[in-house]
Amino acid sequence: MTLNAFLFQALNGLSTASGLFLIAAGLSLIFGVSRIVNIAHGSLYMLGTYIAYTFATRIGGVTGFWGGIVATAIIVGIIGAAIEFVLLRRIYRAPELFQLLATFALVLVINDSALYLWGPEDLLGPRAPGLRDAIEVLGRRLPSYDLFLIFVGPAVLLVLHVVITKTRFGRLIRAATQDREMVGALGVNQAMLFTAVFALGSLLAGLGGALQIAREPANLATDLIAIGDAFVVVVVGGMGSISGAYLAAVLIAEVKALCIGLGVVDFGLMKINFTKFTLVAEFIVMAVVLIVRPYGLLGRPQGAVRSIAEAEEPIRPANVFVKALGIVVFAALLALPLFANYSPYLLVLGIDVLIAVLFAASLHFIMGPGGMHSFGHAAYFGLGAYGAALLVKWMAAPMGLALAFAPLAAFAGALLFGWFAVRLSGVYLAMLTLAFAQIIWAAVYQWEPITGGSNGVVGVWPPAPFNKATVYFLLALALTVPGVLLLRRLLFSPFGYAMRAGRDSPLRAEAIGIDVKRVHWLAFAIAGGICGIAGGLFAFAKGSISPETIHVGRSIDGLVMVLLGGLQTLTGPIVGASVFAVLQDTIMRSTVYWRALLGLVILFLVLIFPSGIVGTLVNLTRRIRLRRKAAT
Amino acid sequence: MSELDIRNLSKSFGGVKAVNDVSFTVKRGEFLAMIGPNGAGKSTCFNMINGQLAPDAGEIHFERRNIAGMKPRDIWRLGVGRTFQIAATFGSMTVLENVQMALISHGRELYTMWSKAAALHRGRALAILGQVGMAEAADRPTRELAYGDVKRVELAIALANDPALLLMDEPTAGMAPRERNELIKLVKALVVERGISVLFTEHSMDVVFAFADRIIVLARGRVIADGNAAAIRENAKVREVYFGTGKTFAGAPA
Repeated sequence: MTLNAFLFQALNGLSTASGLFLIAAGLSLIFGVSRIVNIAHGSLYMLGTYIAYTFATRIGGVTGFWGGIVATAIIVGIIGAAIEFVLLRRIYRAPELFQLLATFALVLVINDSALYLWGPEDLLGPRAPGLRDAIEVLGRRLPSYDLFLIFVGPAVLLVLHVVITKTRFGRLIRAATQDREMVGALGVNQAMLFTAVFALGSLLAGLGGALQIAREPANLATDLIAIGDAFVVVVVGGMGSISGAYLAAVLIAEVKALCIGLGVVDFGLMKINFTKFTLVAEFIVMAVVLIVRPYGLLGRPQGAVRSIAEAEEPIRPANVFVKALGIVVFAALLALPLFANYSPYLLVLGIDVLIAVLFAASLHFIMGPGGMHSFGHAAYFGLGAYGAALLVKWMAAPMGLALAFAPLAAFAGALLFGWFAVRLSGVYLAMLTLAFAQIIWAAVYQWEPITGGSNGVVGVWPPAPFNKATVYFLLALALTVPGVLLLRRLLFSPFGYAMRAGRDSPLRAEAIGIDVKRVHWLAFAIAGGICGIAGGLFAFAKGSISPETIHVGRSIDGLVMVLLGGLQTLTGPIVGASVFAVLQDTIMRSTVYWRALLGLVILFLVLIFPSGIVGTLVNLTRRIRLRRKAAT
Repeated sequence: MSELDIRNLSKSFGGVKAVNDVSFTVKRGEFLAMIGPNGAGKSTCFNMINGQLAPDAGEIHFERRNIAGMKPRDIWRLGVGRTFQIAATFGSMTVLENVQMALISHGRELYTMWSKAAALHRGRALAILGQVGMAEAADRPTRELAYGDVKRVELAIALANDPALLLMDEPTAGMAPRERNELIKLVKALVVERGISVLFTEHSMDVVFAFADRIIVLARGRVIADGNAAAIRENAKVREVYFGTGKTFAGAPA
């Protein structure tokens, strides 16, 4: 690669960086002030592309394009303010996890709204009036629009800098970023401030989206891609730091440009195709930055947010009623194959439910009692599924061996990633686990010769007699029940207590000789291993495994299952996973707009039943018991 | 013979010298109070002795071993117990389980994965709770307790591994005067009975002058006085730090 070609790619990287910066800056601003990680920020960006497209094509010309971009930014800003006003305002003091889920629900709703309004086709906008041509740079042709974009990033950075350092509004933003309670105590109208910041951040996202229409088509997948990129940029730059966001945007865009520029490089012994690293490059950058600088390049440790989440009840062994219920449910499951003649679909559903239960129980283990909110549990599901499937594909391994290998592969992966993850907490831990899951996903997606790329691995069918749904269901039952019971047993063991001690008060735990990180690390790996069993079962149940089944959506499904059942109860994940799997297999398949439906279910949960199904039941029975006591 | 020997300890935060060349000793079985105005460096001192902070310079000898810069969990294993200024207990556990947790750690059973934690060391945990007067509340969740009781639970946790040295950072903060006297009386009794050495900070002067064997006074990161109650009362520097010149402890609320 010549120096000129290299510099040209670097220029290209700078124009990409501007787009990244616009969306990341808004996200960072909003996080800094409200401490909400707004996953729906990518959706606002996507709305920007669609709305600007509509202006540019319906009105057309210079007004439609350039005027449309300005109008779009304002409209998206207003939409953002409305979201803050209607939804987010209600969850400022909720636990972090609920905020993340609520904004994720918005992603689903907005995505389906866009599907409804604009349809599923990609929509390519017109080229920018006045900037249609290209200019010669370094012997190559660079579109003048890209050159324009290169300057947009720094220009917006400058404007934001002036606003934040010179105006009263900016001073309030800085103050709230440092300590929002104190700002409130000083008599500042926090509600107004938050709405204004949300509007500003959303406006930037809308602007970023609108500016893209001359380069890329409007597409329904942009929301998750954009939020993924923006997160990485914000986390790398340091949450709440605007200059950090620009620095990180440039760093990541340049690393990607470099990967494309390098192309295939022959190292003598082996050829490496660097273009394949583009999908995963940003996540590798993020993982490295988080490990070296846990608060990002220009970030600072945040003051703790005073959450009012209710503390948890002590765990008690199951009472007679719960034990009896467990036995009845187990007996019913054992008898399920008897009913299979009436409805063969029942067993397929049963297998799905069992896999979901194991998946959710393993996630709950580290999330609830461990306090580690993993946003990348799909990684260990994927390692188990691919571990088993690849063993069958390449070694012609029998199913027994493959199913035994699944948890080992997942355990090993969780051991590696967990070592880094337990060094962080809160949002940063969530983001690092997400990054690791994306790395696994990208590796599977890109490593075509081994993993089959986007097609995945097919033909992973169980041998007789397990090819019958009845027998396979019983196998799944035979693995799921001990798996769940093992996790439960662990929670009551000294190890489980040590894990909870580390969550309740790391300070006290360390002061009585508990190595909190090591305990949490081991717990993380155990949960990963158990999750791997679920992955292995899944691969054989479906006969195949593809990258999309282990994408971020699966991690989010796991979070929804756990919250649906109730984070603070031990039976919660079992109930939550069962309900979720049944819902997903029945109602959600009957509508095109299942995403919106799922989103509404999540919002309903977060706003009305924050303690989940089992948690709500437990609270109800306790209240009734107390009332009876008071009556006697 | 001295249990804890602190030599030339220093720690700065940015440009502020929070602890500046501090030296003192705690003798075996001594009930030693560390007093000083807010910001004197008391908590920083405690956090260095207990390992939450690494000192910039200086040595901390505990039973003839330099523990400066060691991790809190390793220092605990050597026999140093600690209670915090803001009580730190495990909120999702019962009072009994809090103490059991410490006993499990003391017995090096943290990685035991099969036995049931709730059945381990029950008798011993109840006995310790009995000593601090919390046996009645053994099965209550810690988070439901009144703050004074949480402090007692914390003391029980700190006593679980039979420490030779107990560090108590404002053990009576947030307590009513009567509770306060009772708790300190209790600790004093433990000191006498078991021969534990105790280093504690306290803002209530009546408690300090009534119970402490010896008092050291910190101001702006330095030790300005070290002696028994009478000597500290008469010390001019101490008066100056607390009252400005001219006043005495005689007028202080007792």
